[in-house]
Amino acid sequence: MTNNLLRGANSAPSQRPLADTRAPAERDGVDTSPDVSDSIAKTTCYMCACRCGIDVHIKDGKVRYINGNKDHPVNRGVLCGKGSAGIMQHYSPARLTKPLLRTGLRGSGEFREIEWEEALSLATERLSNIRQTDPKKLAFFTGRDQSQSLTGWWASQFGTPNFAAHGGFCSVNMAAGGLYTIGGSFWEFGEPDWDNTKYFMLFGVAEDHDSNPIKIGLGKLKARGAKVVSINPCRTGYNAIADDWIGIRPGTDGLFVFALIHELLKAGRVDLDYLLRYTNAHILVIQEPGAADDGLFMRDGDGNPLAWDRVAKTPVDAGDTDAKPALTGSVLVDGRRCVPVFQLVADRYLDECYSPDAVADRCGISADTIRRIAAELAHVAFERQIELPVAWTDWAGRRHETIKGRPVSMHAMRGISAHSNGFHTCRAIHLLQVLLGTVDVPGGFRFKPPYPRSAPPGPKPAGKNVKPMTPLEGMPLGFVCGPEDLQIDEGSRPVRIDKAYSWDAPLAAHGLMHTVIRNAWAGDPYKIDTLFMYMSNMAWNSSMNTVETMAMLTDIDAEGEYKIPFIIYSDAYYSETVPFADLVLPDTTYLERHDCISLLDRPISHADGPGDAIRHPVVEPDRDVRPFQTVLIELGARLGLPGFVDDDGSAKYRDYADYIVNHERTPGVGPLAGWRGKDGTLVGKGDVNPDQLQRYIDNGGFWHQDFAADQRYYKMANRSYLDFAESMGFIPKAEPIVFQLYSEPMQRFRLAARGHGRVLPPEAERSRIETYMDPLPFWYAPFEETAVDSQAYPLHALTQRPMHMYHSWGSQNAWLRQITSQNRLFVHHRTAASLGLVDNDWVWIESINGKVKGQIKLVDGVNADTVWTWNAIGKRRGSWGLKDDAAESSRGFLLNHIIGDQTSADASGKRYSNSDPVTGQAAWFDLRVRIVKCAAEEAGFTEPQFERFRQPPHFEPSPDKLTFGAEFRREREAARP
Amino acid sequence: MTCLPAQTDKKLGLVIDLDTCVGCQACVTACKEWNTGGHMAPLTDIDPYGGDADGVWFNRVHSYEHMTEMGGRTVNFPRSCLHCETPACVTVCPTGASYKRASDGIVLVDEDKCIGCKLCSWACPYGAREFDTDVGVMKKCTLCVDRIYNDNLAEEDRVPACVAACPTSARHFGDLGDPASAISQLVAERGGVDLMPEMGYKPTNKYLPPRAHTTRAASVPAPALEAVRAEGGFLGWVDRMLSN
Amino acid sequence: MHPAFSVVFFTTATGAGYGLLSLLGVLAGQGFIPPDFWLGLTGMGLALGLISAGLLSSAGHLGRPERAWRSFSQWRSSWLSREGVASVATFIPAGLFGIGWVVLGRTSGWVAVAGLLAAIGAVATVCTTGMIYASLKPIAQWHSRFTLPGYLIFSAMTGCVLLNALLQGFAVGSNTLLAAALLLTVLGWGWKLATWRYNDRLEIPTTANTATGLAGGTVRSMEWPHTEENYLLKEMGFRIARKHSVRLRQITQVLAFALPALLLVAAFALPWPYAAVSSMLAAIAQLAGMLVERWLFFAEAKHTVTLYYGR
Repeated sequence: MTNNLLRGANSAPSQRPLADTRAPAERDGVDTSPDVSDSIAKTTCYMCACRCGIDVHIKDGKVRYINGNKDHPVNRGVLCGKGSAGIMQHYSPARLTKPLLRTGLRGSGEFREIEWEEALSLATERLSNIRQTDPKKLAFFTGRDQSQSLTGWWASQFGTPNFAAHGGFCSVNMAAGGLYTIGGSFWEFGEPDWDNTKYFMLFGVAEDHDSNPIKIGLGKLKARGAKVVSINPCRTGYNAIADDWIGIRPGTDGLFVFALIHELLKAGRVDLDYLLRYTNAHILVIQEPGAADDGLFMRDGDGNPLAWDRVAKTPVDAGDTDAKPALTGSVLVDGRRCVPVFQLVADRYLDECYSPDAVADRCGISADTIRRIAAELAHVAFERQIELPVAWTDWAGRRHETIKGRPVSMHAMRGISAHSNGFHTCRAIHLLQVLLGTVDVPGGFRFKPPYPRSAPPGPKPAGKNVKPMTPLEGMPLGFVCGPEDLQIDEGSRPVRIDKAYSWDAPLAAHGLMHTVIRNAWAGDPYKIDTLFMYMSNMAWNSSMNTVETMAMLTDIDAEGEYKIPFIIYSDAYYSETVPFADLVLPDTTYLERHDCISLLDRPISHADGPGDAIRHPVVEPDRDVRPFQTVLIELGARLGLPGFVDDDGSAKYRDYADYIVNHERTPGVGPLAGWRGKDGTLVGKGDVNPDQLQRYIDNGGFWHQDFAADQRYYKMANRSYLDFAESMGFIPKAEPIVFQLYSEPMQRFRLAARGHGRVLPPEAERSRIETYMDPLPFWYAPFEETAVDSQAYPLHALTQRPMHMYHSWGSQNAWLRQITSQNRLFVHHRTAASLGLVDNDWVWIESINGKVKGQIKLVDGVNADTVWTWNAIGKRRGSWGLKDDAAESSRGFLLNHIIGDQTSADASGKRYSNSDPVTGQAAWFDLRVRIVKCAAEEAGFTEPQFERFRQPPHFEPSPDKLTFGAEFRREREAARP
Repeated sequence: MTCLPAQTDKKLGLVIDLDTCVGCQACVTACKEWNTGGHMAPLTDIDPYGGDADGVWFNRVHSYEHMTEMGGRTVNFPRSCLHCETPACVTVCPTGASYKRASDGIVLVDEDKCIGCKLCSWACPYGAREFDTDVGVMKKCTLCVDRIYNDNLAEEDRVPACVAACPTSARHFGDLGDPASAISQLVAERGGVDLMPEMGYKPTNKYLPPRAHTTRAASVPAPALEAVRAEGGFLGWVDRMLSN
Repeated sequence: MHPAFSVVFFTTATGAGYGLLSLLGVLAGQGFIPPDFWLGLTGMGLALGLISAGLLSSAGHLGRPERAWRSFSQWRSSWLSREGVASVATFIPAGLFGIGWVVLGRTSGWVAVAGLLAAIGAVATVCTTGMIYASLKPIAQWHSRFTLPGYLIFSAMTGCVLLNALLQGFAVGSNTLLAAALLLTVLGWGWKLATWRYNDRLEIPTTANTATGLAGGTVRSMEWPHTEENYLLKEMGFRIARKHSVRLRQITQVLAFALPALLLVAAFALPWPYAAVSSMLAAIAQLAGMLVERWLFFAEAKHTVTLYYGR
């Protein structure tokens, strides 16, 4: 496989160059060998979170062309629709050009240009005051940030717990659901074994994180003829190519999965051996209702969980590899009634309430289909096992001559995540995988390093002791294991402005960015001074309830002061959020900056080995803009934050590039793992290598290391892998990772709800905690569905980002916006007929939160109870460099306007964030709507409409014509003889 | 010149796998990006940031819903020049600007000869040609003639930009005139079809139909699950399994 | 198909112009029309004026009109090139004939030959124009046996009605010519009705199924590759509402056929100058009606590319 022709994803014989690539003698004067570029810079794409390797071809100082890097572990040479339109992102007319200070009313877009010195002084003065008085009055939220190991650390050094990125809005249910169950997650942190899987189930995925790896993988499955089953209300994108499309009703995936589990259990099609070796299925759970440790694991004197040896009839250390643990039954240990976890699992899911017949109607899937899928899963898992002829040794030193696998794999994402029952549904899918024995086995779902980690991973959130001029004891975000880890004060009030890790959202591993504006506006739990945001469009498509959100950003108190006193915002483009800032720090484009895609943050690893990458400037900015991370580091130095200044008070790092090379989080561990040590020979841990960035550049912008053949599977229990992971610092100790079918941390919250323990929820919260902190996954109807009259709002409403715009802020992109500049509401033919609607009608889409107007398109490939649209195509007039007549603001609409950011009031009148009660994940897919044909005079334009933003000073009007590339041809032809 | 070659040495073309295309638009923008600086540069965009945005593209992806008695499927459908064997777009050209290369069968436009009469676009049933109103000439897919033979690119990169970008490997390139070529074998194996064969243009490019609801579909012949028959039901089965 | 005015005017004007030219070439060359300077000048001026205006208009349709000369080169394969060659070539005998007939006042010998050649050139040019459309397979309404005869009939009809108006104007009209104009108008009407009837019942084998290669069942467009109109839709995606089409067909029938026929019938009965006025009105109405007819010829023509857009 070292043949050069086989590099890259597209290396099938029919995708290679011609056998003879010499130009034929055609004599038509065509220049078949034009000069392409003066140089090729290899860096990392930033058109979404996928972070592919790109080759940027530079001609005469301009970007001629961008293609995928064939050596790169993420994309292996391919590139998506966004990445290939990167030129237009880089040369966007919406780019900010200079720091801005607000002069008009907030939200108007009236600014004056200021110099960087003034901007940094203003920010420093403001932040310094906060730090000297009450650091938590700075709320620092960073959107789709790819430098969270820096930004989070900065917040920590500043001393504010109020830090998070976009994850709470995006996919924390997937992260937490996975990390609390198997110590890894779907999202971009794991992947199906594309080369070996024979049956692939895709839940709730449109275009998503890991987008090119998924596409490459789907291509492999298709080439091999492996079966693809998609469970999704919408039959688009990846779901279009499924061999079996199951158009499930939104929010019912958990029920569907439980029905599969029910069938598999009933038929005895579960992998008992796998459960015994790699999960807590055999661990004994105390069954003593009323006791303070009811539902916790039975442990020995040293705190080790116990199992029951069914041969010796005695309790044994659950980790004892010689034991014969029971999986069923009920035993007395030290006089206490205990049952193995697996008994609880069987009891719950064998219940007829989870039978296919019981769930079919609710899911909108026939019971026969559910039974068929269960049978197919069982057949592939147990009759078509695979064995790789590679010997490996497990954590206990047992040698296995081959690597066995059950070639069923699954992937799930936002369709699961963005519901208020998403955490439990995500756990359900992992439970299904584990019962089939398909996690990190050949053909199954595989971890990408640094995962797996212990379930949940170690570090807990810091921030309870906020003091002036004092860093936090740790990072603001982490994983709680019980009520005592919550970020609440003695009065049970949230410590954090977003109420993460409070009783409202105990496992809020990514924070709740979507609550920050409301909470800061309401002064609940307290008032803040400055909201500091980075590349997150919170005044538009990254908020729920947009209309009210904009009002909160501009609301004033009795003294005439803004309720959110000061807003600093950094973005590269004139988005809908920029006009709401008081101070704007213009960022660079992705081709003008340094970045590191770090193992400390969200790495670009592959299941076959760890990797990380950099961005480096391949073109010089032609504007007075600075990379945000460099600005943040300078602010850190000006503020004198520990870690950002040397002993003499001088700046420790010159800029972000300097930080990337020289920062050490712990001794020997820095942002980049490759080429460490003075001579660049070490990986993972090692001294700072001053030449490190150059080594990355020389290697194509990334570092990647392939595992040895015996390290690639069973990483949760693979001796060789675990040793490597410890050496790299992925895990603190080379100990096996045990999958948590039953989550003891969650039971601790339940016990608190029952009045046990030191940290107890307020009375009003107890039933909520009791219900939702169930240690075994369960299904409940999404909150909005139960709160609204389903007769009045009979339809589910979903959004997906189009593949060519995912995470890409694409409407400013001259090429991408031509593909989609107006979004339609897709409605099933039958549903439309029943409502008297025809194709292309304009309708009001009404929810309990408001109404928005758009145009419908009738389709067949959608769950009939569901309508959906492309998200974030609707834009506010005056933003993104778009002209006033752009379809984005005249016909495109934003569904966010009608998604509530709060639940309906409960019995006590309390309104929670519209989020998952476990993790705080924004539940924007819970939306229920009705659609009503609008009056004839209302057709043809969207509503609500908003005032046009003024343009920043010296903002060039967008061109009426683009002839990008003509200059390359002119020069080429001029050079020809 | 607009008379067609009696035959071509090669029949270079694309094969597009509709069973695999997810509609990501990678081939669309990769094509635009390469070609806007390539042989036919630029691919002008009129009103690129306004309400009547209209640019020149060589490759476009539609999506359809195909409903048959067997069920429905969403089909993402890339559409570009098929480099036909008997392309009327060439023969109708009054100036010789449109021509089909005798060597490799690629259909090209010589911009310097094009008078912008647009008749070739009328003659093409597939909508493969797009007029550049700014330059006043017709433009079209070149099959990346400035890539596939380009000495300035690494050999492995000498494939059309759309094929190079395609993340799902739904696009294939090669000599469809050579029955032994990998691409011809793929067409034979998967039952590749011509678009609008009744037009008689003999398209070189082929399309591989979706496999769902057909005999080519991936399937798992799984027997229905039956409840375990052990005493004590499922839990009894667990105990028995563990004691074996 | 987009009914661009330049092309609508071009085909209508040259059709009439070549029709008139061929009639003048034959009839005057054979001595059926007396040599008269003003009559000749007006007749030839009208014919060549219509032809030239039409050709100029069509050149205005070009993206690069300065390169129009290149279009004479591909006569071996291209009907458009042949049209260019034929149209220009026709100017030579037409010019000679004009000089002979109008300036020199001769109708015999080489003038008659030039007149015949001009007529042949005119007919050939109209044939090439018709074939441009008739040869386009993607447009079923054009790619039919009705298109070429239609172009010839309409050319003859409008040419004859014009000639009649001309001769009547100079008070040298004849009932034979009047009858020919009337007959051709009725023939044209009939041909148009037959064409519409054929087109309305056309079963086009090319469908969304064959366009996409997706066999069986139905293929419905879900999303276009672009949300705003592009070149293909602007040029070939033109759609006309059924009710507009019906209305415009009625207007065509009245203006191009019914009214001219009535006026021509009236001209039989009316004395000069009323017969002349009636004949001229017939010609004017018919030309206006033919512009509508030609507009519909484009507007009602459906290009296969629209199948890709679900139209």
